[in-house]
Amino acid sequence: MSDFVSDFWNLYVVVIVLASILACAVLLIVQGKATFTPGKTMGHVWDETLEEYNNPMPKWWSWLFVITIVFALVYLALYPGLGNFKGLLGWTSGGQHKTEVAKMDATVKPLFDKYLAMDLKAVAADKQANEMGKRLFLTYCIQCHGADARGAKGFPNLTDNDWLYGGEPEQIKETISNGRQGMMPSHAQLGADTIKDLANFVRSLSGLPNDSVRAAKGKEAFNSVGCIGCHGPEAKGTQALGAPNLTDKTWLYGSSEATVTETVTNGRQNKMPAWKDFLGEAKVHLLSAYVLSLSQGAK
Amino acid sequence: MSGTQTTYNDKVVRQFAVMTVIWGIVGMLVGVIIAAQLVWPELNIGWLHFGRLRPLHTNAVIFAFGGCALFATSYWCVQRTGHTRLWGGPLIPFTFWGWQIVILLAAVSLPLGITTGKEYAELEWPIDILITLVWVSYGLVFFGTIAKRTVSHIYVANWFFGAMIVAVALLHLVNSCEVPVGFLRSYSCYAGVQDAMIQWWYGHNAVGFFLTAGFLGMMYYFVPKQAGRPVYSYRLSVVHFWALIFTYMWAGPHHLHYTALPDWTQSVGMIFSLILLAPSWGGMINGIMTLSGAWHKLRDDPILKFLITSLSFYGMSTFEGPMMSIKTVNALSHYTDWTVGHVHSGALGWVAMVSIGSMYYLLPRLFGKAEMFSTKLITVHFWIATIGTVLYIAATWISGVMQGLMWRAVNTDGTLAYSFVESVKGSYPFWAIRWLGGVLFLTGMLIMAYNMFKTMAGGNTKDVPVVAAVAHHA
Repeated sequence: MSDFVSDFWNLYVVVIVLASILACAVLLIVQGKATFTPGKTMGHVWDETLEEYNNPMPKWWSWLFVITIVFALVYLALYPGLGNFKGLLGWTSGGQHKTEVAKMDATVKPLFDKYLAMDLKAVAADKQANEMGKRLFLTYCIQCHGADARGAKGFPNLTDNDWLYGGEPEQIKETISNGRQGMMPSHAQLGADTIKDLANFVRSLSGLPNDSVRAAKGKEAFNSVGCIGCHGPEAKGTQALGAPNLTDKTWLYGSSEATVTETVTNGRQNKMPAWKDFLGEAKVHLLSAYVLSLSQGAK
Repeated sequence: MSGTQTTYNDKVVRQFAVMTVIWGIVGMLVGVIIAAQLVWPELNIGWLHFGRLRPLHTNAVIFAFGGCALFATSYWCVQRTGHTRLWGGPLIPFTFWGWQIVILLAAVSLPLGITTGKEYAELEWPIDILITLVWVSYGLVFFGTIAKRTVSHIYVANWFFGAMIVAVALLHLVNSCEVPVGFLRSYSCYAGVQDAMIQWWYGHNAVGFFLTAGFLGMMYYFVPKQAGRPVYSYRLSVVHFWALIFTYMWAGPHHLHYTALPDWTQSVGMIFSLILLAPSWGGMINGIMTLSGAWHKLRDDPILKFLITSLSFYGMSTFEGPMMSIKTVNALSHYTDWTVGHVHSGALGWVAMVSIGSMYYLLPRLFGKAEMFSTKLITVHFWIATIGTVLYIAATWISGVMQGLMWRAVNTDGTLAYSFVESVKGSYPFWAIRWLGGVLFLTGMLIMAYNMFKTMAGGNTKDVPVVAAVAHHA
């Protein structure tokens, strides 16, 4: 596809580029033909002492100039530069990238295919596969989950065997492949008082200090205003929805009353991106096995 | 003025010269702070974090320090070599005060996060308008003075100053074209890759005209003056001037290698960057060869040391630049500290040193003294600045090449051999050295300020009469 909307611009670029290179050469040649009187000044004096010698330009410098001009012309014959002209070598930056990727892919394909054919648990137990998975993790995942995979506020810890969407091998692979959209709705309409009750109740579930009167009222609200729809009657969460278990000691955003209040009031939006199209299934497979292996020692 | 003799307007030169030193200290201090923030990340406090201070550093050193140096030297040079008083009446103080207000507005707006997001053109549209007014006034004053010169030939330094003024006006107007959406916010007139191309056409020519052509003008006045020797070759100055200002305009695309910019544009940017090598070196040769036959002066004269060393760094940077514009080299160097090192070999080694040398020439003359308060302190400044520059650029070269190699290294399974954070960890010691280099350079500026204030004390600021032009005898 042409980079130009009309052939005029193609011609414009070709003419102006060549003319400009030529102009450099002409400047050098014409000025080089001046009459020189080495060691003598031009005869002008400014500010009492400023003068100029009428020395010729150094030969080596003129040649340096010529060499770069010749190089430019040769380069433009070989590579794209003169408008639509592709250059004799047919090189493109996109083509170079494709070639390099294809070459690397062909080299490593047998290795990745070997693991893709294996069960995720078997891959997780394979030492070489685990190292490959770790290297992929260090490139693509640590920006959110951290180099130690322990996550951060809003980014789940992957080493604790506590799962929002399930920790079965295929569930992990699904999470990485297609991503997840976390969505806790806002409950500001309940009013600050009820939300405070709810926050105390939620804290009581995991044994954190709370106001027992408010917690009791919060329990009633929990059952009546719709919390159980996602978090379940026992508040143990629903992995199919990504609704967290509220009775354990894992907190994605924090456990202080202020933070819980903020979560209930404003809701939370969270996103795990989908990686299948970007990385391809073979790499996702290795990553899934690696993530699976991370929590195998926990609990 | 109405007396028996016309005098030079040195008041504005004096103002700009003093502010050059002051803004140099401020800009470099911010540089030292952000270098420290890379070494000690806990120093990123509130608004004063790296992201906000970095544009403040670049704006302060380029436009405040470099800008004031250009104003001071060009106003001095155009009067002396035009043998006439500066033209422009109230426009002259307006260029000084207007420029200082631009700098103060930058110092306030950038830490507040008010920015267009365009590198070296971050200032928002109301400030852009003020810059335009000041710059047009500068052009009027400069060319107005050229027009009323009393000597027929225009001295070479003025070609470079003039080219700088015209080109910077063009660059600023085109790249700062923006649609205001409120008092402190605007959007660029251009979109996508065209915006990127305009930005780097601007960005590279800010280097080419503001930081190169202008400072070559400085070089062409102060090197032959301080050396007491004629410029080496008039013809060389003609060829390298025209070739330099013509070719620089094409070099911008090398900032966008291997991006969405079309391949042909990248190639054109690359070949003109290579052609730029000889025109750039023309300036270095003409400066250094001016000293030929008087090399001994370099031994005792620290001002000449500054000037000639700056030309050496200029030659080095302008060799490195074309090499880095070659696509295959750029694939390694781009986005690494190597670029930062390249910029600073130009900024510290060339721009700052030639300005410092010129200021040491100007300051005693501006305050009616025969020489600076302490020549010894100039020598101390020279060595501290040189060591600081070498430490800075060596550290960033090493860390830059290391980063480039680490980022591209792959394992046999095709995965990256190093995670990004490993390259950060590897760079860490070099960032400490780079910080130290910056501290040394800043220390030199503080010594300069001391020397300057001591020179100013009890100084005589009476205007001196215009020297009559010599009728030429060729």
